[in-house]
Amino acid sequence: MSILGNRVVRREDPKFLTVGGTYVADLDLPGSVYLTFVRSSMAHAKLLSVDTSGAKAMPGVVAVYTNDDLGIARMPTIMGMTNEAMTQPMLASGTVRYVGEPIVAIVAESREIAADALEAVVVEYEPLTVVIDPAEARKDNDLLFPDAGTNTTFTLDFGGDEALFDDCEVVVELTLINQRVAPCPMEGRSAAAHMTKDGRLEFNSATQAPHGVRDGLAGFLGLEPDKVHVVTPDVGGGFGAKASVYPEDIVVGWCAVHLGRPVRWTETRSESMLGLGHGRAQLQHVRMGGTRGGVISAYRIDVLQDCGAYPAFGAVLPFMTRVMTSGPYKIPKAEFGSVSVVTNSTPTTAYRGAGRPEATAAIERTMDVFAREIEMDPAELRRRNLIGKDEFPYTTPTETVYDVGDYHQALELALEVAGYDELRAKQARRRASGDPIQIGIGLSCYVEITNGLPDGEFGAVEVRPDGKIIVRTGTSPHGQGHVTAWSMLVAEQMGVPIEDIEVIYGDTDVVPRGAGTMGSRSLQIGGAAVNQAAVDVVEKAKDLAADLFEADREDIVLDKSNASFHVIGTPAVSKSWGELAKAAVAKDGNPLFAEVDLASPGPTFPFGTHISVVEVDVETGKVTLLRHIAVDDAGRILNPLLAEGQVHGGIAQGVAQALLEEVVYDPDGNPLTSTFADYSFISAAELPSFETRFTETPTPINALGAKGIGESGTIGSTPALHNAVCDAVAHLGVRHVDMPTTPIRVWNAINDAAPHHDAKNTTKKGGR
Amino acid sequence: MKVAMTVNGTLESHDVEARTLLVDYLRNVVGLTGTNIGCDTTSCGACTVLLNGQSVKSCTVLAAQAAGDDITTIEGLALEDGRLNPVQQAFQECHGLQCGYCTPGMVMAITSLLTENPHPTEEDVRVGLEGNLCRCAGYHNIVASALAASGVVEMHQ
Repeated sequence: MSILGNRVVRREDPKFLTVGGTYVADLDLPGSVYLTFVRSSMAHAKLLSVDTSGAKAMPGVVAVYTNDDLGIARMPTIMGMTNEAMTQPMLASGTVRYVGEPIVAIVAESREIAADALEAVVVEYEPLTVVIDPAEARKDNDLLFPDAGTNTTFTLDFGGDEALFDDCEVVVELTLINQRVAPCPMEGRSAAAHMTKDGRLEFNSATQAPHGVRDGLAGFLGLEPDKVHVVTPDVGGGFGAKASVYPEDIVVGWCAVHLGRPVRWTETRSESMLGLGHGRAQLQHVRMGGTRGGVISAYRIDVLQDCGAYPAFGAVLPFMTRVMTSGPYKIPKAEFGSVSVVTNSTPTTAYRGAGRPEATAAIERTMDVFAREIEMDPAELRRRNLIGKDEFPYTTPTETVYDVGDYHQALELALEVAGYDELRAKQARRRASGDPIQIGIGLSCYVEITNGLPDGEFGAVEVRPDGKIIVRTGTSPHGQGHVTAWSMLVAEQMGVPIEDIEVIYGDTDVVPRGAGTMGSRSLQIGGAAVNQAAVDVVEKAKDLAADLFEADREDIVLDKSNASFHVIGTPAVSKSWGELAKAAVAKDGNPLFAEVDLASPGPTFPFGTHISVVEVDVETGKVTLLRHIAVDDAGRILNPLLAEGQVHGGIAQGVAQALLEEVVYDPDGNPLTSTFADYSFISAAELPSFETRFTETPTPINALGAKGIGESGTIGSTPALHNAVCDAVAHLGVRHVDMPTTPIRVWNAINDAAPHHDAKNTTKKGGR
Repeated sequence: MKVAMTVNGTLESHDVEARTLLVDYLRNVVGLTGTNIGCDTTSCGACTVLLNGQSVKSCTVLAAQAAGDDITTIEGLALEDGRLNPVQQAFQECHGLQCGYCTPGMVMAITSLLTENPHPTEEDVRVGLEGNLCRCAGYHNIVASALAASGVVEMHQ
């Protein structure tokens, strides 16, 4: 019986549950010094002077560095696409451009001494005009980088058909704020580095991409990549924000090289809220046109992307938004334009979904507005416009090729699980009664792209003479459960129990290559590589068995029920994996192993439908999420337990954006949400248990039929919840409420709509 | 100053700075790094331990305040033969953890919750865990773990 598709519990868990994980801050590095950073308290200012003499004189302070001391190049542009005049120095140089920007690095004998020394550094600022609103930034009245001559760093423009909406009976237009949010992995950024006796830099990093960190360190520090050894111990979440190298990482490495002592750095949460990249941060202008009968024929979205002070991955999020412009719909004409601008705020980066949730939020919110405009049920409007299952591969107007899908099936299943018709009937009754607690139902049909960047992945399987299997993977899990999942793949191909399989990742000496874990890529490319390596090692074992049995290669069979090879028809005489591994070594000194560098066959496109059901108290604006139904299609599901876990986490983060999370700056660029006391991080108390289902439409692009599942929950849930809130108050004349749909926003929207539609006449008190 | 307390059944006695937080004492002095630090505002609960059987956020207790007390951390929960206790077991069965960072705090908070209320409703669990943040699991399976451990619902559901 196949192990695939079963709810196999995680092999990783006992350690976490008995002694806890080993995160970077848990590592025992005797003789360590502690690095900490003086960070800017101003959003935009000239640095008139930085006086470090007081800190340097303190007992226990080992070294104090400014940018000039380091002599390290600036951070690069993003994939060569962003403005070259806007790159970030390791430490602020001449000008600070956001609150939290590192200015001085202090190394001390203890964390406490380092913290005290921070207070002894005197920075003299001359304030410059703060640009915090991206719409203002775009006007170029005040520039963050005068040498650049503009605040714009990256643009895209697909289309320009002036007649785009000419033959539409109905055109709706909407401005949407896809607000800035904080990724908030429970472990912040952390690194610990030291020079080994043989002169190499060993760097422990809380990262999603150890090989990327290795290459980044080598490049910035002028070391050969083989002189850098990056290890990820356990990593406490990432969500995209730990997928890239930060200046602080480079400074940690530099200090270890130059001081010759182990150097450690673990940011505080308050630092992390300013230093770890933020996500989303798009202002969207959307137009949608079609017929009164509900056929959408034209769509255009223009994105203003807030990059924060220095263009990081956030600057190119519109690239991924563009790819998903027209969503799961058959829209003949669709256009996309974007402008990415710098502002005096924390740089933005990838955050769970990274450009795709923004595309989905735009089109799904607009679908609801269009449906209301033509007085059609939003589920029916979607049904009429979804791409049919026989139309794949499907090329969108923005030239994305969707591999495979059955979007109608996901929609219909979600409606069925939700009991949609009954919900609508209940809503009608509630509206008729004038109950202050109104019901809202929100839909979101989505399609997204996984492994969107064309990276391949490394996978290897080795059989030890004792019969144990060593798997090496270039993915770098930080909660996803690859040890369990990859073990299942190998067990399936080789017939060995998963207990006999060891999965190694996150060590650049042991795993030679790897792109890491991000973009929901791991199973579809990294798992597929491991799977292929297991297939290959079975083939090699058959060669060896044929020699040993003096039989025809074609007559050798692997009996997976007892993990041994025999000649067809004579199962009594068999060779175990361990025996074949010994034979391999005896033959030519090489172990029995297979290594695969699986090239990316291109992306795949998971899809689904989410439905949120909310109650909104129209007297207070308070929203309560009652139910969230998620139907997701990630192709063939390897382990439903793990896949559901990914969906659950994604839903919580997606709901959080629609409901309450938002990074807020005041007009002077002061962050108002820089602690967990101020940032509305969603908790268990704001959420229900979720109702999840999978449909399985296997992708043809890999042998597993698997698509990514890491971000679907986030992508599908935000617009469903957002639409549900707007739906709950639509009958009061409210057309739209911006995210997050906090009580004050909802209450204001109801009251702003009241002159046109007297809420008091349609809402009686009590009644339930 | 000299501080002595019982940690997971072992008497610990150390000289510490008066300002030492209990979490730093446990991690850096006693060497039990299972308890994590997730914030600096007593908001996240990653550092939750049991103090005389009740959950506390160990970032908000001075080591000196715990002098003479009985502390239990994640390292002190497994059964004597090393097997997982019912709460730990429920977390594995229900996939109640992903990156594991919030997990020790969650497990300790739920242990305390179930001691006070052996048969909680889902609502009781959700409200009870409001001070423990998780970013990976969406709480769904954490709540399921708590309910499974309570015996209110069967595991695997």
